[in-house]
Amino acid sequence: MAREIYQAIADGILAGGVYALMAAGLTLIFGVLDIINIAQGILVVLGAYLSYALLTRLHIGLFAGLLITVPAMFVLGVAIQWAFIRPLRGSERTSMTLLVTFAVALIAEGTLYEIFGPDYVQLRSAYVTRSVHLPGFYLPDIYLLGFAMAVLLVLALYVLLYRTRFGRSVRATMQDETAARLIGINVNRVAALTFGIGVAVTAAGGMVYGATGGGFNPNSGYDLISRLLAIIILGGLGSIGGALAASVFMLTLESVVDIWSPSWAIAVFYAALIVVLVVRPAGFLGRKGVRAQ
Amino acid sequence: MTAGAMWRGGGILALLAAAAAFPLVFTNPLVTSYGVYAMIFAAAAGAWNIFSGFSGYISLGNAVFFGSGAYAVGIAARDWHMSGLAVFGLLPLAAAVAAVISVPFGLVALRVRRHTFIVVTIAVFFIFQLMAYNFPFTGGSSGLSAPFLNWRAATYNNPFYYIALAAAAGTTALAWLIRRSRFGLQLRAIRDDEDRARGLGVRPMPVKLAAFTVSAIITGLAGGLWFYFITQVQPPSAFDPLFDLSIAVMAFLGGVGTVPGPVLGALLIEPGQLYLTQRFTNGYLSEILLGVLFLLVILLLPRGIIPAGSEKITAWRARRDRRAPAGAAGRDAGAGTAAGPPGATAQAAAAGPAERRQPPPPGGGAGAAGGRAP
Repeated sequence: MAREIYQAIADGILAGGVYALMAAGLTLIFGVLDIINIAQGILVVLGAYLSYALLTRLHIGLFAGLLITVPAMFVLGVAIQWAFIRPLRGSERTSMTLLVTFAVALIAEGTLYEIFGPDYVQLRSAYVTRSVHLPGFYLPDIYLLGFAMAVLLVLALYVLLYRTRFGRSVRATMQDETAARLIGINVNRVAALTFGIGVAVTAAGGMVYGATGGGFNPNSGYDLISRLLAIIILGGLGSIGGALAASVFMLTLESVVDIWSPSWAIAVFYAALIVVLVVRPAGFLGRKGVRAQ
Repeated sequence: MTAGAMWRGGGILALLAAAAAFPLVFTNPLVTSYGVYAMIFAAAAGAWNIFSGFSGYISLGNAVFFGSGAYAVGIAARDWHMSGLAVFGLLPLAAAVAAVISVPFGLVALRVRRHTFIVVTIAVFFIFQLMAYNFPFTGGSSGLSAPFLNWRAATYNNPFYYIALAAAAGTTALAWLIRRSRFGLQLRAIRDDEDRARGLGVRPMPVKLAAFTVSAIITGLAGGLWFYFITQVQPPSAFDPLFDLSIAVMAFLGGVGTVPGPVLGALLIEPGQLYLTQRFTNGYLSEILLGVLFLLVILLLPRGIIPAGSEKITAWRARRDRRAPAGAAGRDAGAGTAAGPPGATAQAAAAGPAERRQPPPPGGGAGAAGGRAP
């Protein structure tokens, strides 16, 4: 029993790293644009399908394929922001952007169904089936590689945000959009690039997601987005560190509960969110201002 | 009664008569089934608007009530071995179950605002879908079937249509009553600025929770009726994320926070949605087209048909009155606010007319406190 729990905790932490990557993009988009991108879930699935297509049609390896899918998703993200998010203004912007991204998710889901059909697929490769045996543990290679890549990308995101000029503009925009505009920051450009970056990381997250889970189909986007939303709310909206902590916490919790009841494990996920919000409405590391209307 | 009110009353009666005559004129069962779905969604979208439209708290979890209503009547009809017309007597049970669920749901979710509220409603929604899959009494993933109704095929849809029409008309009437009541003003004050409304003496939690429960009751009822009509229910169809999106887009198309807007939106979108599904039977293309339709609605008509239309009418009247300088300005100003553009602040309204209409209660509600505020 104890051994099962240790294994579940190890699995949960590794999976949490992957979710952290996807959640970081979502919370970054929220922080800068003050919108929730409901399409993030289906975009992760799209990233996974892109890797799948490159792997099966062109025989490009999963990690090498990221050199193509990440820039492609970045361009897609900038395009979505430019075409559908940017035109929305006014007091109903919060709900409108939500509905717009929901509609984008519907279109993406339908398109993926048209191209790939409803069958579940999984990304297969040599390192997907290999695993490392430590005493008492069994750690699949893809989880370790995915976790390592997630940590690296989150670090890169951190450096980008805290050590570059662009990152300073992003953080200034997060703090106060009007003030950022006044000191000469091109807020529209920052918003477009941030949305692009937030979507680009889903390409990497989607690849690992597609290789580690029990397979995916176009409908997987709903399950993903609801988990990601729970994570970023729990971590505190707009906080990347909070998203990391919440991903690892939630996935570990789910993985441990899964030992007893696989069908209820996911419910624990949402129940934990509700319990935390009752106790601490701003989440783990939430900024106070986020709650204000 | 003024001439305007008489015209309006006559117009409403004519619309109701046209709606009642619809299944007698169009007897094709396919067309009347579109009518049934449109009316069910008109009631559901109107219910969404009573809470989300008036209070500004966008709920993407109303399918919780819709699905719970459907499952409540389904389980009751199965376990109590009911059949025939008697099953419609169970509809109040659907409403009651939805109301009971809405109280703890609201108490948790309404503690947080804006995005967090939306996400909490989505989370609760997924918990309910999981419960429908996993509880022993819900029939798991194969779901439930409705009792068989031994009616003639040609007029099978008509009883459903009239019940749904009554629900839609009742919801609209209720929305109208709430909108012009003190309760409605308090809701709209919360939408404009909750902290300030609290400062003016509105107690946000009971007001929001009451509207949430009213919305839940109607949605649960609509869910029960929908289940009898569609005759079967599975977890993903009862707790459908597309339902949440659809009723919100319907309200947005017609005009969020207006009384007739959501009904108009439902009558336009639901038949279109059904037609697309019917036309492209593989289901995927219709989903893409539906997404495109929703995008166009939100990007091209961000404020909705009713507010945009009433603004045009007000502008036209103002132009006409400038040409013929009579003292009709007061009436036009009244018409402008009655149509209620969503951006208009209800804060001032919450302070003003409410106080004039009814005496302030001891302790001071929105009207009383607002009247004294600068």
